[in-house]
Amino acid sequence: MDRFVQLVVDGIAIGSVYGALALALVLIFRSTGIVNFAQGEMAMFSTFIAWGLVQGGVPLGLALVATLAISFAGGMLVERVIIRPVEGEDPLTILIVTLGLFILVNSAAGWIWGFNNRGFPRALPDGSTEVLGVRLSFESLGIVAVLLAVCGLLYLLFERTKLGLAMRAAAANPASARLVGIDVGRTLMIGWGLAALLGALAGVLVAPQLFLDVNFMGGVLVYSFAAATLGGFDSPKGAVIGGWIIGVAETLAGDYIGFIGSDLTILVPLAIIFGVLLVRPNGLFGSPEVVRA
Amino acid sequence: MSLLEVEALEAGYGPVTVVRDLTFSVEEGQVVAILGANGAGKTTTLRALSGVARTRGRIAFDGAELVGRSPEWIVRRGIAHVPEGRGNFASLTVEENLRLGAYVRKDGGRVGEDMQRCFGYFPRLEERRSQPAGSLSGGEQQMLAVARGLMLRPRLMLLDEPSHGLSPLFTREVFKILRTVAEAGTTLLVVEQNANLVLDFADHAYVLETGRLVLDGSAEELAADEGVRRSYLGMT
Repeated sequence: MDRFVQLVVDGIAIGSVYGALALALVLIFRSTGIVNFAQGEMAMFSTFIAWGLVQGGVPLGLALVATLAISFAGGMLVERVIIRPVEGEDPLTILIVTLGLFILVNSAAGWIWGFNNRGFPRALPDGSTEVLGVRLSFESLGIVAVLLAVCGLLYLLFERTKLGLAMRAAAANPASARLVGIDVGRTLMIGWGLAALLGALAGVLVAPQLFLDVNFMGGVLVYSFAAATLGGFDSPKGAVIGGWIIGVAETLAGDYIGFIGSDLTILVPLAIIFGVLLVRPNGLFGSPEVVRA
Repeated sequence: MSLLEVEALEAGYGPVTVVRDLTFSVEEGQVVAILGANGAGKTTTLRALSGVARTRGRIAFDGAELVGRSPEWIVRRGIAHVPEGRGNFASLTVEENLRLGAYVRKDGGRVGEDMQRCFGYFPRLEERRSQPAGSLSGGEQQMLAVARGLMLRPRLMLLDEPSHGLSPLFTREVFKILRTVAEAGTTLLVVEQNANLVLDFADHAYVLETGRLVLDGSAEELAADEGVRRSYLGMT
């Protein structure tokens, strides 16, 4: 039983990382109808920036803050320069553009930082505490706390600020948003900036547990896609809860289902994506139909 | 000087030109109607005024040139646009929709006051203030669209087919409120296919045909005009 609880807790921790990246996917999908396949690679690039700063002697905390800021600006730049020109084009065109962005970012990172594995420093404290016989690492607790804090901040942004209201309005009805005086281009840029920031956060949280290399977010992206699909692609709440379910399913399946072990856990999100699309294509919390006028 | 002076306006989308060589003006405090069949360019004219169509020519609003300006800039000058199809934010609440109407206003403190005024005009909206706009009935949605426009405290309000899809009862109610709004000093430019209704309501009217102005006169003159009666009032 203790083992089971332990696995669930670990699953929620890793699921929080998937949830953060899934939130980034959802944020962009809600505001533009675009599924950004390059989200994971952008997160990888951000993580390399943090790594580079630390290598260059910048204290870890400062490096992380700078990385989030750079990622926000970088996300806005990507929207303005690469996505804006194809805005409103048919979905296949946009799909190809985001796949191209995937390859571009991946190659650029390889060109700048090489293709070797790197260790990434832990931002969260080592060690653990025991609660009711379950050993909880500070890192796991920290990751969950960071995700919950991010959700709280996003909630405040979207529900309590004028900018958040404008962003929701621009997502709900861009044509009408312009007529009430909202600069829709600006809200889209901010949306991409926020998504890149969330991705960066997911990257630096998960990097210490994996090795940092140019492909390290590929797997995470698959899990995050599963999380967003399960939760409903237009639901932020769904992204987070979906992330947790995927994380727990991954750790439990890896431990209890013999043939999966630690090598085949990638089957779990793929099976879940397949199952959700078959049985409940809108996911747990998604709108039945996302109409984009 | 008129509040709005449009001169040699050409407007369209991409390579398609819908409105050609259109000249008209709207006096402050007037209710002006633009009549015309489907495709005559009525909606495009309003969209040109709001800066969301490709536009050439001259549009002077209170002396300021609007051609080439962004929609945000134009809204800030006090032009509210209640678009075709109402333009509500379906997933947002009624109250949020109203707050968005006042998005560019700097006097945030008085927005609550204006919301109360809108609820006074349309009590149904107050009952539904926390509901998503998409859950309202068609008539309520039109009321919300008009109320959203009012939240700007506009000097000029552009209304695109306010009677579209409404029952006669709702139509009367909406136009009654618009009458009150006009009497309080807001200038209205209304596009309508329902000429009977709007000639009753307007001071002055223009008739568009395939992107060109073909007639203009006081509402009484046009209501008495043989051609208008045949083409737009369904009478022979």
